Amino acid sequence: MSKTLVEKIWDAHVVKSEEGFPDILYIDTHLIHEVTSPQAFDGLRKRGLPVFRPKQTVATADHNVPTLNQLLPIKEELSRYQVDMLTKNCAEFGIELYGLGHPFQGIVHVIGPELGITLPGKTMVCGDSHTSTHGAFGAIAFGIGTSQVEQVFATQCLLQSKPKTMKIEVNGELGPGVGAKDIILYIIAQISAAGGTGYFIEYAGSAIESLSMEARMTICNMSIEMGARGGLIAPDQTTFDYIKGREFAPAGEEWDKALAYWKTLYSDADAKFDSVLTFDAADIAPMITYGTNPGMGMGIQEHIPATAAQPETEKVSYKKALDYMGFDDNASLIGKPIDYVFIGSCTNSRIEDLREVADFVKGKRKADNVTVWIVPGSKQVEQQAKNEGLDKIFEAAGFQLREPGCSACLGMNEDKIPAGKYCVSTSNRNFEGRQGQNARTLLASPLTAAAAAVTGKITDVREMLEKVEG
Amino acid sequence: MLLSIPYLILINMKKFTKLTSAVVPLNIENIDTDQIIPARFLKATTREGFGENLFRDWRYNGDNTPKPEFVMNNPTYSGQVLVAGKNFGCGSSREHAAWAIQDAGFDAVISSFFADIFKGNALNNGLLPIQVSDDFLAQIFKAVEQDPKSALEVDLENQTVTIVETGAQESFEINPYKKSCLINGYDDIDFILAQTKLIEEFEQAR
Repeated sequence: MSKTLVEKIWDAHVVKSEEGFPDILYIDTHLIHEVTSPQAFDGLRKRGLPVFRPKQTVATADHNVPTLNQLLPIKEELSRYQVDMLTKNCAEFGIELYGLGHPFQGIVHVIGPELGITLPGKTMVCGDSHTSTHGAFGAIAFGIGTSQVEQVFATQCLLQSKPKTMKIEVNGELGPGVGAKDIILYIIAQISAAGGTGYFIEYAGSAIESLSMEARMTICNMSIEMGARGGLIAPDQTTFDYIKGREFAPAGEEWDKALAYWKTLYSDADAKFDSVLTFDAADIAPMITYGTNPGMGMGIQEHIPATAAQPETEKVSYKKALDYMGFDDNASLIGKPIDYVFIGSCTNSRIEDLREVADFVKGKRKADNVTVWIVPGSKQVEQQAKNEGLDKIFEAAGFQLREPGCSACLGMNEDKIPAGKYCVSTSNRNFEGRQGQNARTLLASPLTAAAAAVTGKITDVREMLEKVEG
Repeated sequence: MLLSIPYLILINMKKFTKLTSAVVPLNIENIDTDQIIPARFLKATTREGFGENLFRDWRYNGDNTPKPEFVMNNPTYSGQVLVAGKNFGCGSSREHAAWAIQDAGFDAVISSFFADIFKGNALNNGLLPIQVSDDFLAQIFKAVEQDPKSALEVDLENQTVTIVETGAQESFEINPYKKSCLINGYDDIDFILAQTKLIEEFEQAR
């Protein structure tokens, strides 16, 4: 019987399937961090249980950590306590921890791939909704709640109903200045912040196939922003080349064996998806969001859709969002002054993102009205950036290169955007207060963020690229 | 008909069978988990106490004074049922959102659409997410607008929700396994633990 990629991986991990019950799904790799794990460890203690397969769990500290002076004790008491608790819990239950100061520390969704922990065909979970990132390698990866973190600790399994499958094809060639972040913001704007709910999405088509692994991760990362449990891309030579030689990747005979299996991981030609959507890459412009959910995005030259044009039941929520942002119906955002630029998060903090930004800002300087934070996704990304001299380019441009963590994506540490200020951010959520109380977030690609940093206002990066090329 | 489920240990999760209550209406769509419980309150390492920060930034000003226009600060509205616009609980996987709603005294949330992870988290804590049609949701909001004391009856066994005053009723879907868990106060870990042998066999066969 022909199967989709999701079905192939799912079926290979079902321990038990019984009518009326969710499947018992075996989890290959469990990633944990300081914020969503403490209550799960407590649950184990209450039940008197060990972690069933501690070697299949990897921990790091990312959500709550400062991005300056990481080797000093964390100043904020509750954050310090939570990070210390992770260290204590990992020691007690025998879990490998890449904590602050460790050369592998970083955002959980950045370190998994770069260490070769994330592999095709795996099932992976983490108490974080952006676990969908790992799907870029052709893995089933999704976010879970803390009760489920405890389930995986206790049994290395999860009770899960098999999801519906959706295929999103993006074909053709991207225009200049348009990248993976624009593709995914475009798709979400097309199908809304709830359009993928209940589905696992497989991204396919020539525009997806031509992307690097970093770019594929950006796409899969934001699957959750349209409500999908996860998103994935069939592994190919780009995937295999990325994995080979990484710290924990299979090597030697194991590599050959793994590769043979990975090459079977694709949706069969006649496999049936519950839903199929197709987009043309040529229709995608650099994107920017104007509202308070990631579905409220538009091409940067477009005008904000009018409240009157929204469905009746959605008008109140829509108006509330525009009021929060301080934007009017039909307004253009081009030329709108901004205050902060944040380049980071599990969506866009990989070396390729930093290189793209550095390449663009080389020889330029940030506008005086803008504060720019670049927060690398991991210690390894930070080190690589320094090895390549990107730190010098950022410094000359007035961009501040910080230490790794989730940072201003959710403002759990001190990296918060002040009330009322506008931040062009390469992160994944523009929710009210996400980056700080009453902060206003405009989601965009690293390139669009870099352009805004230089001009101090919302800018169509294509105009600046043309100048360079001309 | 309830499933007969093999369990290893019974844990005292909150049981849910039936309730009749007034509701707290929040007619806003796409309420994300950052609104339900902002990230700065996720530093606690226990499950308790999140209720006081439920909808923190909608409920309180920066100086911690209550915002009188927010429904939870209006004494006219009370009850164990939160009713919200579609796509409730989107965004982050933080289970703290379900804990906060429950800690604030709610036993059920009604919406015309729930985000997946939130729905799972709610069920895992004995907080019942009830998905109704857009039309029925509109009827509930209308009933509460006309009379803030309008009550709903939620019957999990029969999977129905009824607007007491008008008698309007709709049935809702729930996975039979999760239904059984809620009614009996069981949780998933007990269920999977009873299958440990199968899990070990699965590992050996790979």
